[in-house]
Amino acid sequence: MSEILSAPYVLEYTYTRSTGPVVGRFLESLRYEVLEGVKTADGRVLCPPLEYDEDGEPTTGEFVTLRPSGTVKSWSWVQEPRKGHPFDRPFAWALIQVDGTDNAMVHAVDAGKAKRMRTGMRVRLRWADEKDGTIRDIACFEPIAPFTPGPVHLEYDVNPGEHYSAYLRGLKQGKLIGGRDPEAGNVYVPPRGADPMTGNPTSEYVEVADVGVLTTFAIIRIPFEGQKLTPPYCFGAIVLDGADSPIYHLISGVPHDEIRMGMRVKAKWKPQDQWETSLENILYFEPTGEPDAPFDSFKEHL
Amino acid sequence: MRDVAIVSFSQLPSVKAIDAADEPELVQPVTSDAMKQVGLTQDDIGFTCSGSTDYLPGRPFSFVAAVDGLKAWPPIRESHVEMDGAFALYEAWVRLMHGDIDTALVFSFGKSSLGPVPDVLNLQNDPYYVQPLGLDSISAAALQAQAMIDAGKATERDFADVVARNRRNAIDNPNAHIKGDFSIDEMLEEPYISSPLRKSFCPPLSDSAAAIVLAAGDTAKKLAKKPAWIRGIDHRTEPHALGQRDLTASPSAKLAAEKAGVGKGKVDVAELHAPFAHQEIILREAMGLGDEVSINPSGGALAANSLMTAGLIRFGEAAARILSGDANRAVAHTTNGVCLQHNLVAVLEGE
Amino acid sequence: MAEQCAVIGIGQTKHRESRRDLSIPGLVRDAALRALQDADMTWKDIDSIVIGTAPDMFEGVMMPELWLSDALGAAGKPIFRVHTAGSVGGSTAVVASHLVQGGVHEKVLTLAFEKQSEANAMWALSPTIPFQPQLVAGAGGYFAPLIRSYIRRSDAHPDTGCMVAVKDRQHGMLNPNAHLHLNQTLEQVKASPMLWDPIRFSETCPSSDGAVAMVLVSEKHAGRVKNPAWVKGTSVRTERTFFAGRDQVNPAAGKLCAKDVYDEAGIRNPLKEIDCAEVYVPFSWFEPMWLENLGFAEEGEGWKMTMEGKTKIGDEMPWNMSGGVMCTNPIGASGMLRFAEAARQVRGTAERHQVDGAKVALGHAYGGGSQFFAMWIVSSER
Repeated sequence: MSEILSAPYVLEYTYTRSTGPVVGRFLESLRYEVLEGVKTADGRVLCPPLEYDEDGEPTTGEFVTLRPSGTVKSWSWVQEPRKGHPFDRPFAWALIQVDGTDNAMVHAVDAGKAKRMRTGMRVRLRWADEKDGTIRDIACFEPIAPFTPGPVHLEYDVNPGEHYSAYLRGLKQGKLIGGRDPEAGNVYVPPRGADPMTGNPTSEYVEVADVGVLTTFAIIRIPFEGQKLTPPYCFGAIVLDGADSPIYHLISGVPHDEIRMGMRVKAKWKPQDQWETSLENILYFEPTGEPDAPFDSFKEHL
Repeated sequence: MRDVAIVSFSQLPSVKAIDAADEPELVQPVTSDAMKQVGLTQDDIGFTCSGSTDYLPGRPFSFVAAVDGLKAWPPIRESHVEMDGAFALYEAWVRLMHGDIDTALVFSFGKSSLGPVPDVLNLQNDPYYVQPLGLDSISAAALQAQAMIDAGKATERDFADVVARNRRNAIDNPNAHIKGDFSIDEMLEEPYISSPLRKSFCPPLSDSAAAIVLAAGDTAKKLAKKPAWIRGIDHRTEPHALGQRDLTASPSAKLAAEKAGVGKGKVDVAELHAPFAHQEIILREAMGLGDEVSINPSGGALAANSLMTAGLIRFGEAAARILSGDANRAVAHTTNGVCLQHNLVAVLEGE
Repeated sequence: MAEQCAVIGIGQTKHRESRRDLSIPGLVRDAALRALQDADMTWKDIDSIVIGTAPDMFEGVMMPELWLSDALGAAGKPIFRVHTAGSVGGSTAVVASHLVQGGVHEKVLTLAFEKQSEANAMWALSPTIPFQPQLVAGAGGYFAPLIRSYIRRSDAHPDTGCMVAVKDRQHGMLNPNAHLHLNQTLEQVKASPMLWDPIRFSETCPSSDGAVAMVLVSEKHAGRVKNPAWVKGTSVRTERTFFAGRDQVNPAAGKLCAKDVYDEAGIRNPLKEIDCAEVYVPFSWFEPMWLENLGFAEEGEGWKMTMEGKTKIGDEMPWNMSGGVMCTNPIGASGMLRFAEAARQVRGTAERHQVDGAKVALGHAYGGGSQFFAMWIVSSER
């Protein structure tokens, strides 16, 4: 049997369309980043504007300027766009009712993630940077959040101060440094400029152990913006032997339902060659296996 | 108005691709078979009408080649619609009302394998506001499906249920190509193509051709033992823009069904041209077809979907059950356009 | 035939090379509105719409009847689209008339259009399909060899084609809707460049934007106007593009189609019983060829009628009083323009291009490789 022949065939042409008075005006206004709708004979407003409404009645030719925002009436998420689609990354199709109109426009919403899409959500129009006189002069719509973003980005030079610097330098050497108020004798980890009780500087530096008592803790289950760890995880207050104030760190190496107040825990350090001037040299605290500290011995730290 | 009946039906098995055939080679086997079933030749046929679209092969005037699949000598009374073959059947039915001829041959053909059908169908959209965005047919249908979910009219599980039922029905249909007992849970695990449509909720693309012979009055009775009489046939359209329609309902299907007289009696079988699963739900509601009706025993468009032919095949499949005596009253439906914009409904009855 | 069918409204756009002022919906709306006004009807009165246009690729909208539904007030109504290549305008009118005659609908709006300026007809007609050399260079390239055959077979006077061009353009001057308004002399036409030998530039139809619409009603509604045009006969015939022994110059499908429509209308001698005709002549030489094909002249004699001026308004057998396809050619609409102009003649509404006392007229359309034919006969008498 002879081979079946096949060859590619491309059908392409760029049509030059006369738009007429209604569509033409709408598309022209898009160039100037003005969104317009047209009034129907019975007082409704249509955007995109049509020459004839669904009853076949001509629209009035009277235009109104519209806010470039609207509500999603239906949508569809496309994870793998086709060649002719408005984006080559995932996006949503949507029917969008522009504010103040009585119909809906087909367009795309650049929502970033499928879970961002919801029927009823509010969207705003994004204009194309380069206009070519078509409906694509509206690049797409994007979600409007009920909150206004307040991005904060400030670049500082951090100077930890003398006492905190001592703490950090200690950590670089694998030591936990506390500061003692010579008068009251309390050891604060990290050292502070002033003892909160006496106001005296905790000027005497002492090394404290990297083992201590877990006084209290919390198991974090919810995800949040900027979170580096995947929940659930445990975070606790540890009063190191020799210290009178807790430090806070992760508790790991033990099932969450076995973590107890009063548990004796010990620091798990990173390999020495990774040490920096940071508490992150300690990965987490884990149980030592010793019997728990009696409640009375740590209750004042709660 | 004269009584007109479907007296025979022939189809090529719908498959993913029929490589070794051009238009005449698709048309000739089905038309000659449909005529042969009732002992006719082209010379006996009063009027011939076909349905097809240039955009499937991407060539203007592509239907002209199809005429080469017929014996058009002496010259025949012939016409063509750039629509599904079911609309060609409608034109033929109208022609038979004239009274001067008694038989008509209707056929359609479509090779969906030749081009990117979902993108081709974007060209049905408003050329100013929607075509430039590249809204393909699956994405458009998806907007409708999402609207169904938002309105609480159906869930994805309901869509999967429609698919499972249709493709299970297709097991008994040698002419369908997507058939089997598909698991609803597995369907619901598939990734979305265009949410909420998963691959299974969408129709396959098929190549096929089909033909039907219509006959009037006594001629019909001579040609078939149990002609499938067209008791009512009507079609209606809706406004074009998706943003101006209630996508969760089908007023045009409802009106066409009323005008065709669907509700006038018990419906045994309905063949609905619903390429997407959610559309079957919309159509059933619009046409008032309850649980007692056997829907798409052929498997419908979810089991075999040759563009421009799937609608005519619905007519053929519905008629086949009357011709064989398995059913007495059937509904056949065809849709045209984006998201069920335009609908044709017919009621077929045995004696 | 269960019912009589009458044309009571006719409307058309001013045809131009490019109607930049209108969108496609605007174009069809313009023609439809004029037809409704002519019939003294509104959109609400219409039961059904039948629309015809040539390949979708000409405008780049697939199944345009879907998009145009609002412009045509079609929501809630049936809308149907016919496509039979160049004859489409004619076959569309035939389908519309059958809806009425078959008792399916009482008031039908039928319309045909083309907005060729949005694309390029040559491009759409000359696709580069794989495995086939691109031989087709537009329609002219296809027909030129046939015309050469005709000239040879009939030993026609070589000026015949040019005579048709002059006459059709002079008729067009009388028609405000026509695209071309050219007052050319025979010398000017003969001097124009050859495009596809033997077809000269001036013997070729233009490419136009335009639409035409008609309102067809059953007898019950014909009384809305004083001058309905009654549809006395319709016919369509097709033959294959290529087959052994095919006569493309005097196609059998054309002859048979004419015979069908004459039989239905009770016409035995077209030359005597038909007062005038609007016939699809896109290249000048088709006039003599169709005069023979349609039985107005014996085979080989058609060119004599043309040379003797018999097809001019005021003479024995006026053809293409509107200027015909030679003056106006929105491809999808051209067939229906012939049918509509024939109806205008018997209604007496053709204004400056009216044939006095016309009672019976023929409308004719053809398409493809001279293979699709559609015709109708209209009369002022029921």
